[in-house]
Amino acid sequence: MKDFYRYLPHTPEEVQEMLQEIGLERMEDLFRMIPQKYRLTTPLNLPPPLSEINLIRSLESLQPPPYTSFLGGGAYHHFIPSIVFHLTSRSEFYTAYTPYQPEISQGTLQAIFEFQTLMCQLTGMEVSNASMYDGASSLAEAVLMAYRITKKRKILLSEAVNPEYRKVIQTYIDPEQHELILIPYLKEEGRTDLRSLFHLLDHEVSAVVLQSPNFFGVIEDLSGISERVHREGALMIVGFSEALAYGVLQPPGAFGADIVAGEGQSLGIPLSYGGPYLGIFTTREKFIRNMPGRLVGETIDLEGRRGFVLTLATREQHIRRERATSNICTNEGLCALMATIFLSCLGGEGLRELSLMNLSKAEYAKRLASESRNCRIPFSSPTFNEFVLELEGDVEGVLEKLRMERILGGLPLARFYPELKNHLLVTVTEMNRIEEIEKWAELLGKVIGQRG
Amino acid sequence: MDDSMRRIEDTGLIQNEPLIFEKGKKGRRGCSLPEWEVDEVNPGALIPSHLLRKELEGFPQLSEVEVVRHFTRLSQWNYGVDSGLYPLGSCTMKYNPKVNEEVARLPGFSKLHPYTPEELCQGILKVMFELETFLAEITGMDRVTLQPAAGAQGELTGLMMIRACLRDRGEKRTKVLVPDTAHGTNCSSSTLASFQMVGIKSNERGILSAKQVEEQMNEEVAALMVTNPNTLGLFEEELGEISEIVHQRGGFVYCDGANLNALMGIVKLGDLGVDVVQLNLHKTFSTPHGGGGPGAGPVAVKRDLAPFLPIPIIEREGERYRLNWDSPKTIGKMKAFYGNVGVVLKAYAYILSMGGEGLKRVSELAVLNANYLMKKLKDYYYLPYDRPCMHECVFTDRYQERYHVTTLDIAKRLIDYGFHPPTIYFPLVVKGALMIEPAETESKEELDRFIETMILIAKEAEENPDLLLQAPQRVKVRRLDEVLAARKPRLKWNPDDRVENIKPEC
Repeated sequence: MKDFYRYLPHTPEEVQEMLQEIGLERMEDLFRMIPQKYRLTTPLNLPPPLSEINLIRSLESLQPPPYTSFLGGGAYHHFIPSIVFHLTSRSEFYTAYTPYQPEISQGTLQAIFEFQTLMCQLTGMEVSNASMYDGASSLAEAVLMAYRITKKRKILLSEAVNPEYRKVIQTYIDPEQHELILIPYLKEEGRTDLRSLFHLLDHEVSAVVLQSPNFFGVIEDLSGISERVHREGALMIVGFSEALAYGVLQPPGAFGADIVAGEGQSLGIPLSYGGPYLGIFTTREKFIRNMPGRLVGETIDLEGRRGFVLTLATREQHIRRERATSNICTNEGLCALMATIFLSCLGGEGLRELSLMNLSKAEYAKRLASESRNCRIPFSSPTFNEFVLELEGDVEGVLEKLRMERILGGLPLARFYPELKNHLLVTVTEMNRIEEIEKWAELLGKVIGQRG
Repeated sequence: MDDSMRRIEDTGLIQNEPLIFEKGKKGRRGCSLPEWEVDEVNPGALIPSHLLRKELEGFPQLSEVEVVRHFTRLSQWNYGVDSGLYPLGSCTMKYNPKVNEEVARLPGFSKLHPYTPEELCQGILKVMFELETFLAEITGMDRVTLQPAAGAQGELTGLMMIRACLRDRGEKRTKVLVPDTAHGTNCSSSTLASFQMVGIKSNERGILSAKQVEEQMNEEVAALMVTNPNTLGLFEEELGEISEIVHQRGGFVYCDGANLNALMGIVKLGDLGVDVVQLNLHKTFSTPHGGGGPGAGPVAVKRDLAPFLPIPIIEREGERYRLNWDSPKTIGKMKAFYGNVGVVLKAYAYILSMGGEGLKRVSELAVLNANYLMKKLKDYYYLPYDRPCMHECVFTDRYQERYHVTTLDIAKRLIDYGFHPPTIYFPLVVKGALMIEPAETESKEELDRFIETMILIAKEAEENPDLLLQAPQRVKVRRLDEVLAARKPRLKWNPDDRVENIKPEC
């Protein structure tokens, strides 16, 4: 018997019995309504089935060897406590569907309610949804929401927002309905040019979109922006890709942001080559009915006991269909659970310490690199756990040399910003050991030195 | 009641568990962080003070043990596929193989950064490239993107590609035909892609007729969006002919592939004239739903639409795989990076475990299970379309109406018997729908147990309807006040606002 029958419990006798019950003779008869000319006569051209062990072996063999990494730019290597994996592996959580039947989904529902609370605390906002696909699509949905509220066509988007997020926003909007205008960044500081922003801001703008820390790792000064944005009847949207930064940094909610939308991967979710991640979406109470995504609310049951349900579904596709606030239904529930468990064991103090550790290690690396003869820190603004480094000489060549020492030395920026030739985005987290940082800095100095 | 009495409860193993914020003690912490190794910097010396966080109030303060118990208890109030039959129609709640979880978690994949240089990612690129090839073979399409994160995002991707292709041709078509049996996402995705949705009625047999499509198909219509098998569990028998009509008049055929589980190895959607189809890996290809995601919604297209696929495109050159970012007509990107790779790995493992032969068996048994169940229940529940079904069938509460019992009551009573209820009140074309999809991984005994239970419930409805109206009883909480939840939304914990104060509105 083929191994795949371990997932298919029917014995041949049972199949016959069942067919007989339906009044059919052969399995093919089940498909008699499909016109004969479309029925496949040859088997699918797929590899023959593998046994469980050979499946594991073949996939194990495809793994790359481990490298020391200084890569970030929207996906971060952080420590994940063992309990995150163990608890989310409970199959009552991961084999459940969206909690449509609240009486037997209180686990998922209460966890999402806790998640919503944590996200409000983290971002300093009033309401959170149950999650979006990732930071990029969450930010794009924020832009669409601002348009629904204001009905104005212009979107001002900082060039220092993660380029992948910008691309997704550009894809989500319809160029025939919206106009996307980029706000430049200050070449000496790596911050969004606020003077340009205010210059571009007018009553046709629906949203101003910033990110902090921005793609260069630079902490934007968000103070005093929302007042001017609101005066023109626009919304202030703040994105983020490194959620841990808010353990040290004042959250966007404190600066009057209307929507905060970003990436929660840093909160206990593995890198997994880019997904699944966790889209976070928080806003002000007054915008609840314009929000995309699922929401969990607290209520009571027939006997007055506390319970949780999906609520305000009249915004959603299955009720409102073509007039829904979004088409999202399946979101990233299990990733939201990971983040909830992660933050539950860290607590406020742990979050602050971890955040500080990131800042401190990145500062240490920054200092070492800046002491090297041929490296320069081009942007003067403060950063969190990543920073831009300008190298004297060809970045690709330097990275290749580092790779020979099993180090991924940073992300070349020219691909996203042609003007930043020979610039690297370097990310340092709590996972980078001091020896690794020192070796990285030493090699950087040496390699460039050799070439110079 | 004093505090100690409040703490002692006789809920047995259905433990009561407060919110995580209501537990713990100031000063507790449940994690171990890496060693410091470097000196702690003073943030105030680097960052202007108005940009620094003042407080982190409200976060939990618990030991690891407390966190583990908290979430373990929460999990015990949930019902998953591993708990039992989960016949949620159009959701394909099949068993999620454990080995798939193991391979997705291999450190070489789970710790792989998306910006790792291509030459170090050849393994994962091979997995992605091959999965695209497999999905193209299964659907009879030419190219596939794995980028969309879920079915709805796949729909949006497909529709955006159609929009881009039409604009590239200089054609202005603004409408999408969506049948009355469609998933709600089809309608909202159309709107998001700037199309105007136009409804199209299914016929008395529950399917689309070529004649109806012919009447409504004109030069304003960009696409017909059809689900096959549709949400009544019926095969769209005229789809081949319908596609020809749509194509002749310059439109595209979009197929919602949510129900592909009925068709693998039986028929290819591409052969039926479908131009775009999104696949839900978390349905057909056995990846878990995670209580609401993450899923994955790859999109397969015919050659004409391939230039519009999102970037990057995974290509093979000889033995090497690469990400191609240079595609002038691309719609752009739907999410950061390349898709839900963790989910992609599980679907890849599933296809490798099953092979072509196994997948065909999956579809056969899924359809067998649904037809068996339909046959056994149709004397007890009204079957609005009494015809052979595919992977799911739709009953209604019409026979129970006279006892003042509704679909909702039947669903809730099933919970008392230990089953997850079917999808209810969908599709909308059927009043009081009970949409049942057993999936192929259920044994005959389990189906028989479900059938007997459904028959018993039909009898209860007649003899003692109160049992249904009061259901469910054997659960953590009974029916919840959804009106209250919507009218006075409480969407987060508030320390000053205790649950005892919530009162239903009279």
